[in-house]
Amino acid sequence: MKPTITGQPLARIDGHAKVTGAARYSAEVQISGVAYGVLVTSACARGRILAIETNDAEREPGVLAVITPKNALRLPDTKVPENDRVVQVLQDDRIVYSNQPVALVVAETLEGAMHAALLVKVHEEKEPATVRLDDEIKNAFEPEPQSASGKKSADQVRGDPARGLREAAMRIDETYQTPYETHNPLEPHATTAVWNGPDRLTVYDATQGVFGVRKKLAKMFALPTGNVRVLTKFVGGGFGCKGTPWSHVILAALAAKQVGRPVKLVLTRPQMFGMVGGRPLTRQRLSVGANKQGKLTALRHESVSTTSRFDDFLEPAASVSRHSYACENMATSHRLVRLDIATPTYMRAPGEATGGFALESAIDELAHALKMDPLALRLASYAETDPTEDKPFSSKSLRKCYAEGARRFGWAWNKRSPARADGMLVGVGMATSSYPAYFSKAEALARMLPDGTALVTSGAVDLGGGTYTVMSQVAADAIGLPMDRVRFDLGDSEMPEAPRSGGSQTAASCASAVLLAGRALRDKLVRMAVADAGSPLLGARPDEVLIENGRMTANGRTDSFADVVKRAGGAPVEERARAGPDEARKKWSLHSFGAQFVEVLVDPDLGHVRVKRLVGVFAGGRILNARLARSQLMGGMVWGIGMALHEETVYDEKIGRIMTRDLADYHVPAHADVQVIEPYFIEEEDVHVDPAGVKGIGEIGITGTAAAIANAVFNATGKRVRSLPITPDKLL
Amino acid sequence: MRHFTFERAKSVDEAVKGGAQPEAAFLAGGTSLVDLMKLEVLTPLRIVDVSRLDLQKIEARTGGLVLGALATNTDVALHPEVRRRLPALAEALLSGASPQLRNAATVGGNLLQRTRCAYFRDLATLCNKRTPRSGCDALEGWTRMHAILGGSNQCIAAHPSDMCVALAAFDARVKVRGPQGEREIALTDFHLLPEQHPDREFALSPGELVISVFVPTTAAAARSRYVKVRDRASYAFALVSCAAGLELSGGTSGRIIREARVALGGVGTKPWRSIEAERALAGQPPTKDSFRKAAELLLAGAQPRRDNAFKVELAKRTMVRALTLAAEGA
Amino acid sequence: MRLELRINGSVRSLEVEPLKRLLDVLREDLILTGTKEGCGEGECGACAVLLDGQLVNSCLVAVCQAAGASVVTIEGLSSSALTPLQRSFVECGGAQCGICTPGMIVAGQCFLDSGAAATDEAVREAIAGNLCRCTGYTKIVESIQHAARETR
Repeated sequence: MKPTITGQPLARIDGHAKVTGAARYSAEVQISGVAYGVLVTSACARGRILAIETNDAEREPGVLAVITPKNALRLPDTKVPENDRVVQVLQDDRIVYSNQPVALVVAETLEGAMHAALLVKVHEEKEPATVRLDDEIKNAFEPEPQSASGKKSADQVRGDPARGLREAAMRIDETYQTPYETHNPLEPHATTAVWNGPDRLTVYDATQGVFGVRKKLAKMFALPTGNVRVLTKFVGGGFGCKGTPWSHVILAALAAKQVGRPVKLVLTRPQMFGMVGGRPLTRQRLSVGANKQGKLTALRHESVSTTSRFDDFLEPAASVSRHSYACENMATSHRLVRLDIATPTYMRAPGEATGGFALESAIDELAHALKMDPLALRLASYAETDPTEDKPFSSKSLRKCYAEGARRFGWAWNKRSPARADGMLVGVGMATSSYPAYFSKAEALARMLPDGTALVTSGAVDLGGGTYTVMSQVAADAIGLPMDRVRFDLGDSEMPEAPRSGGSQTAASCASAVLLAGRALRDKLVRMAVADAGSPLLGARPDEVLIENGRMTANGRTDSFADVVKRAGGAPVEERARAGPDEARKKWSLHSFGAQFVEVLVDPDLGHVRVKRLVGVFAGGRILNARLARSQLMGGMVWGIGMALHEETVYDEKIGRIMTRDLADYHVPAHADVQVIEPYFIEEEDVHVDPAGVKGIGEIGITGTAAAIANAVFNATGKRVRSLPITPDKLL
Repeated sequence: MRHFTFERAKSVDEAVKGGAQPEAAFLAGGTSLVDLMKLEVLTPLRIVDVSRLDLQKIEARTGGLVLGALATNTDVALHPEVRRRLPALAEALLSGASPQLRNAATVGGNLLQRTRCAYFRDLATLCNKRTPRSGCDALEGWTRMHAILGGSNQCIAAHPSDMCVALAAFDARVKVRGPQGEREIALTDFHLLPEQHPDREFALSPGELVISVFVPTTAAAARSRYVKVRDRASYAFALVSCAAGLELSGGTSGRIIREARVALGGVGTKPWRSIEAERALAGQPPTKDSFRKAAELLLAGAQPRRDNAFKVELAKRTMVRALTLAAEGA
Repeated sequence: MRLELRINGSVRSLEVEPLKRLLDVLREDLILTGTKEGCGEGECGACAVLLDGQLVNSCLVAVCQAAGASVVTIEGLSSSALTPLQRSFVECGGAQCGICTPGMIVAGQCFLDSGAAATDEAVREAIAGNLCRCTGYTKIVESIQHAARETR
């Protein structure tokens, strides 16, 4: 049946709850007897806890416990599950980064816990430490493939890049740097842990994936997985930092067990700098060669990124070069450098955001060196098939994105725009966007109730992107019901398993499972009807039954879902389905693509850059809800503005501590930084990517943006900024 | 928060009496104090709430404006006489913070605003301002937001206020009342250089309460502008800012600066007025060339550090821009 | 200290520490969790409420300063039906993750009530102290402008 609701630009169904303040987030779940936990964190970047004075804190009225490595409950298992982050949970006296949890105060009230936490005195023995990439770059090492998302090997070579560079008519060989960044979703991380008996744990957590939290808690507390329940009905943004459970999640559960009370632990904004990850620093060398016509002859992309002393996280920055341009001679490599910092993690478009800045800047530099339209140069090396894997793309509409973007923007390659009457310099720039289309195993359960409404569940989360809404749309079509008779619920580890909401995979994975479960339920109800002596449809062939709005019609006779359920005894009729990638999917190279065009104004004296207009055209497979998808893309594009112009997590290199630990010093874009943002779609029919035909749009908006802005700044000023962010001082 | 006593002053005299007690702090709009008390950067034992005192009035007199200590930043910024007679002050206030902070923040509170130095706010680092003689991690640390003028070997924290920069440029005087009665302090003397005592920031004795600020409204004030350079388009502390005002004489072709007023923000450990630069401008034509020369003079003594060397040039350019805008007129 | 607050129209008598943040009184004592905490330092505006009709960040208001005052939170803006501004936020996509939304709506309502013309610049200035990490702001500005057209 042709979908009629899926694809409609409906308003979000959780909108009412959000605009009235009724939506309850993880810190707001009301649990009777809850106590408040506040973390105490380390000052130094590396060392040992010598002693912790807790007397003053313990004497405060209402303080239930001051938990330190000395008295903390021993966890039965301190190892984390595979592919999960190492945590610091008061099991030893080591300090491995600044702002690491070293104690936890639990008190009757939030103010009481906050005050007592400040009374805890930690004596640290400092050891030599460094957070400077240059100090440790000599020890850069090749990471294991599993450190990176996508699990690709760190190095790939094709053809003979050295020869390609030698034979090039024009070469660019430059180094680009992207800074540490911090996600800063507006909702702080929050965990409320409740023990129901000695071995049953319920946790309300601000997370991007309830199953990952369940797995880690079960492992570390040595509980059967089924004894841990994790819920999250609303999450106030994540962008990657809520993708894996961090120390505070374990500590909330530990504290709750230790004090015998439910414990709510909310991180302060300054505590969100470090212990919950961030984008690592990358330094990337790009060596690109082209012939006179602008056709690439060589592309070498070498990336170094930072990680902690105790855990590997690889920012796969060079991966973007593996599938972007047709080029015979290509080499990409990744190296990691260990520093005395907290482990970085995925941050919106890991790899593509950082790598795209370097690659798309270098391509622009090459175009300028060749005196060529940067768009024409990109088209000269347009990859019709994946250049590294020699596979066809499952779908690729980048050519259309370029053309549509150029048309909408009014792209004209005129080398240098004249300054405006007020002296402001004008510049235009463009870049390519891309992000892999991920698809993971997901399950959904569809249930028809005797009142003729359906409840569909899958344990995904809704970070604000619109999972509640689009899954309801998909389910309504799949079952054959109007929207108002379908309810989709999520965010509970007791529900069928869905992947964590990261890598722009929720729509693809979860929608595919919902689609299959919904269809299975519909088919089951039809089968029940035609075999039911009480049904007017008795004896009809299932394939001649038409379904609309919960009614089944065949040969002029009708029956309803509600009646089928009622006649069968009234118990809900349900079907469960699983979706996931199969062998056939491996034959394809699977990516979303896009093109971004930008106009900037630069104050030539004061160095201030304004993004006047940002136009992005994206092809991300099927769009389930254009209204919500546009919002996602706009948000991503504005993240690109932040990456280009504002965002940087700055360490004090002497003491190894992040000093931009709040929203006054860590600048996310504010209203005035945003002017005209125009996202557009090229719709694609892609039958290879996943059953729902969805590629995901959560991250592609930020890819390429920073390069497009940097390229426009170059166009305006003649200054090439290769180290983000482009702050006024870099343009003086 | 620590334990403290709390009292609401019903009169200025009562406030002064309470404020003169050991470890007392006045509470007005709360935007600074509540924040710093939560962090326990400030730990007063006695809070004297002055927010209900009758000090909100903004008066436009001949010759000047009187800003009540409890007039909110919003009220001052939107006051028609402030906009007409001292546009730089209105612009400075509107360039600072956000609407909801300006609704709460007061003139007196803004005068007494503490630095945004990240080390001052972070109990895990060393700070002479927070704990005298304990050391300063900022000196060799991340100094992008720090001062290049007026620093000492104890402290280089930048003064954060926009309002005070505009007031400093235009000869504002602060009226305070204390146990010894009332007195006036020139705004440029109100804030102290850190020198060897960065913990002492204000020329106030215990118990002295800001009553009002008087700003003479001169011809230069009427032709004044405020320019702020920051890392994003709004809602950020200044990298550099400049309040500038000019009184010009002569016709359109041969104009001459009769009087100039200049103060910089974001670069000094206090609002940085430069009489020297003002004198250098007097008698000169209002051209970029003379502005630049005055700026060179002002910044000659700058002591930049690793991360803020750019402020020297940026400050000069900002000053040239502010003076240029002032010369162009409102 | 003992104090009275008029919260969303009804008078509440409370025994509280005078410098307890109004935000914590709302969220923890009165379970009015629509007001959010994003930063706790007055930088994000997620905790914005109206205090005697003025927009303030409740994380920087000591509850003693609100004694006797009237406080309006997101919960107090609408009774049964959504306000035009709330409807606009739903329709125009002004809300995504929803954490900045209550503060944005309170600030936006304050702006609408001021009667000022809803130009792009005026709206962006009115909500300059409210940060959003999801929407990219454009749809928030559209939501407020849409409501302005509907109500004026």
